[in-house]
Amino acid sequence: MDARTMKDIYLPEPATLLEVKPFTEMETYYRIKLDSGRPLGHKPGQFAEISLAGIGEAPISISSSPVKTDHFEMVIRNVGNLTRALRTLKDGDRVGIRGPFGTSFPVNDVMKGKDLLYICGGMGLVPMRSVIQYTLDHRDDYGEITICYGTKSPSERLFTDELENWGKRKDIAFLETVDRGDDSWKGNVGVITKLMPGISIDPHKTVALVCGPPIMYKFVLLELRKMEMSNENIYMSLERHMKCGVGKCGHCQINGLYACQDGPVFKYSEIADVKEAI
Amino acid sequence: MSYYKMSEEDLRQWVDHLLSKVTVYGVQAKGDRFAFNALNDSSSLRLDYDVTILPPKKYFLPPKETLLSYKGQKYDSVVDEKPFVLFGVHPYDLAAIRQMDKIFSSDNNDIHYMTRRNNATIVALDVQTPSAHNFSGNMNTAVIEGEYDILLTKVDSSYVVDVRTGKGKELIKGMSGLVTAEMALVDSRHKVWEENKSRLRAYPLKPSLSEIPGLLDKSREHPVWAEKAELCFSCGSCVMVCPTCYCFDVQDEAEWDLSSGKRIRSWDGCMLERFALVAGGHNFRKTKEERYRHRYYRKGKYVAEKVGEISCVGCGRCVSACVPGIANPCEVYNRLKED
Repeated sequence: MDARTMKDIYLPEPATLLEVKPFTEMETYYRIKLDSGRPLGHKPGQFAEISLAGIGEAPISISSSPVKTDHFEMVIRNVGNLTRALRTLKDGDRVGIRGPFGTSFPVNDVMKGKDLLYICGGMGLVPMRSVIQYTLDHRDDYGEITICYGTKSPSERLFTDELENWGKRKDIAFLETVDRGDDSWKGNVGVITKLMPGISIDPHKTVALVCGPPIMYKFVLLELRKMEMSNENIYMSLERHMKCGVGKCGHCQINGLYACQDGPVFKYSEIADVKEAI
Repeated sequence: MSYYKMSEEDLRQWVDHLLSKVTVYGVQAKGDRFAFNALNDSSSLRLDYDVTILPPKKYFLPPKETLLSYKGQKYDSVVDEKPFVLFGVHPYDLAAIRQMDKIFSSDNNDIHYMTRRNNATIVALDVQTPSAHNFSGNMNTAVIEGEYDILLTKVDSSYVVDVRTGKGKELIKGMSGLVTAEMALVDSRHKVWEENKSRLRAYPLKPSLSEIPGLLDKSREHPVWAEKAELCFSCGSCVMVCPTCYCFDVQDEAEWDLSSGKRIRSWDGCMLERFALVAGGHNFRKTKEERYRHRYYRKGKYVAEKVGEISCVGCGRCVSACVPGIANPCEVYNRLKED
């Protein structure tokens, strides 16, 4: 192949931050548009690489439903050099974007017509919101929808307006908990798995979707097993450092799988025997 | 395909002729060891080297390279299009390049690696002096068929010059007084090859190559990982000298004006402690044992499945680079086979 006609897989395209809004002490919300006007074209659950020239690049989940095509959204926790620098940006500032990359939740096949059980821990809500929004945008295509969301404390809750809206909706069940409450918190207290025994599902017609911190998965899986969910009907988004996004750099490898190409969304039955996965 | 016969003197004249036209990387002595370097003239070129400190992979995937340049938030690709000749590559290193070509051309084509690769002409050289740790005979890479543009084989005191490709023809073009090699000489290379296949076996390897992925499959909990890893310094020497390692890191380097700069790719390695670390501090391979085992699974299974052959070519560089002496793949595979 003639190299000159090849596309550079590492070249970001310019994008503009339409809106930058601090969410919590640690997390910032970004509404982003590619300068070319091209829709990002992502599927629910995929991620993109965001760049700030001179600082670096990092993989970040896309948090909005693909139904919105004129922009996309990310929520980024301030945990490193790049994310700290991103937090100082203002509306109208420019960034670089590569992607979308990776696998997505099977909204158009496996999930269709099924009851959906979402389990989101902490930042796990960020990628999950893209699929939650998608299924709410196409509400009639799915059966019962149950969303469980747990954070460490009330101040870490993300998308609070949306959470309030989900709580009010009659066509979904929304359950929330915090590890530690405060004076203002009237809701459930305890880790996310405490919510699960109270949920009644039909394991044969339910698809469970799980995303949260690394420690959360094995405990959630134990609860799902108690609910008689089969591994075939559990999907999870796993976190790794998908540095290049294109299956080369090696950082995101989970045994023989690349989280950036084979994931980040995996069907649990396909990784149940992959030792490094959970 | 054409065959010529050259004396070592002819070869050096040829290299000097090439140097008047193009960059030539060849092997020179470096202290009591050897390294690929840009040649100034043919006098320092060594054709009797045993192994180089770093593999010639460095000319396709340099230890540090610029992927992009930026000004403000606008990025541009930086692609190195300079043609060059890689002179005197041993078969096991060529086998490694064959694997790297697959990695960087399949799925998502890497324009940076592939441009250098497409602009390179490779003159291969059959091994004359075995290194102390070379086990390429075990790995089926002591001799290679194809992958090169020209192959040099020393038979007695002369060289057979096997010109295989259009690029190879281009390289030999303009050389005066070329002598066609007689078939008997061309055929006598088989003796050299058979000899190299049997003598490039510094260590015995008990399992067959096709057995290795299966052995690994059932050996995840084998005690050898912990035993070896206990001595590991996590220094990454084994991955830095490996011709089939290609993990990398990417960092930005700003100029003093802070508005322009470069995005740099540099070698990284799964044996290094921070390799699988994510933001927030969780390390997905935090123990030496996990990292040591991962490297073996990558070579013998994960990457092997991608490139269609075990991702170790038996160069033995890791064996000599490893200070605590735990990097010998033959020892590990033999243990898995015995138990």
